[in-house]
Amino acid sequence: MELSYYPGCTAHSTAWEFNESTEGVFRALGWRLRELPDWNCCGGASAHTMDRVVGLGLPARNLAIAQRMGRDVLVPCAGCYNNVQKARAALEAGDPDARKIEDTLGFRWGKGVGVLSLLDWLERPGVIEALKAGVKRPLQGLRVVAYYGCQLVRPPRVTGRRSWENPTTLEKACEAVGARALDWSYKVDCCGADLGITHPDRAETLCSGLVARAREAGAQAVVVSCGLCQANLDMRQKGQGLPVLYVTELLGAALGVPGREKWWKKHLVDPSPLFR
Amino acid sequence: MHPFATEVQELSGQNLSRCYQCKKCTAGCPTVSWYEWPNHGVVRMIQRGMRDALLGSKTIWMCVGCDTCGTRCPNGIYLGPIMDALRSLARREGRRVPEPAVLAFHEAFLASARRFGRVHEATMLAAYKLKTRDFLTDLGVGLKLFAKGKIPVLPKGIQGKAEIEKIFRLGS
Repeated sequence: MELSYYPGCTAHSTAWEFNESTEGVFRALGWRLRELPDWNCCGGASAHTMDRVVGLGLPARNLAIAQRMGRDVLVPCAGCYNNVQKARAALEAGDPDARKIEDTLGFRWGKGVGVLSLLDWLERPGVIEALKAGVKRPLQGLRVVAYYGCQLVRPPRVTGRRSWENPTTLEKACEAVGARALDWSYKVDCCGADLGITHPDRAETLCSGLVARAREAGAQAVVVSCGLCQANLDMRQKGQGLPVLYVTELLGAALGVPGREKWWKKHLVDPSPLFR
Repeated sequence: MHPFATEVQELSGQNLSRCYQCKKCTAGCPTVSWYEWPNHGVVRMIQRGMRDALLGSKTIWMCVGCDTCGTRCPNGIYLGPIMDALRSLARREGRRVPEPAVLAFHEAFLASARRFGRVHEATMLAAYKLKTRDFLTDLGVGLKLFAKGKIPVLPKGIQGKAEIEKIFRLGS
């Protein structure tokens, strides 16, 4: 079982623990991740905001590399995933801007390889069963809420999601390793994205609201699959501090992936008491 | 249809005449409280050709592209690509941007991606801070992240920088 892997720029900086825990979980379950050679930035939220062609062109180059490698490509960061999927959709629709990009980069997109988010991977046959079978340190009913935010699910014509207002894939994964996933109504609300940098007070309004709702639901932690969601929720919450975990960190903790103590040190709200 | 509406439709690929003002877009928008007008009002303003008001507005820069409005629109109109189209028109016409921090961030981000092929946060954030001349906001958070080793000091560029440059030149 082998996938190409697109880590994204934050994998080596603010989302270091996302990258480490993703690699650890895949290794523990016997999957091989092969990093795309010489991958580039997906454009973040800035490229499509400023220029449509650049917004499609940057992720298209990564698709060209993925096609050359000939394997489905895993894109764990929700923001990167959404950009890559939008570029794929434009290439497959024969969009005139996408054609120009293909000509410039000298490739033709042939639909040969798929683009997977962590949700898509978790839904592959056998993955949830493998998680259940791999548990070494069951989480003993740790109460979590799953937070999907925007880019993993919307728009559904791009992400291919069948359920975009109430997705349940992350919950199934959390439950598979012994956590208790609580129901709540805010799992696809937005964290404010780049407002975290340009308008921290506004991001704080959004994120403090989300964290308060998570606490009301009875959660001991929020589980996410996006570097920007994690950074915003971890940094921009008020009050006593609710840990915000990458889903791969939660899974990795239950699977007993080595080195996880180092992941907890990267968080502003320390999640380590949850795993003692 | 007003020529401005035709222009926005062509740029965004969205059919504005399907809007029947149900306000569902506005009801779900996380950032609408920082807009001058609600989402459904933006659609009507485009139909009425209110070019100057829209292209000089904060609204188009406060949308973060979460796609909640478009996903919930009963008529399948996506405001995200419409906001993208309005921003690129505003840039093309050299309009003053009333949300300078947002513009500074996007410019710093893209400059970093263009230069290295990947975004290098330390130099990108330094460029952003220089543009906004605001060095104190978030200094504490920034230092905490730095102390946690989350912001590498040295940038690492990719091999295919020439291709990245070609992509940026293809844009306007």
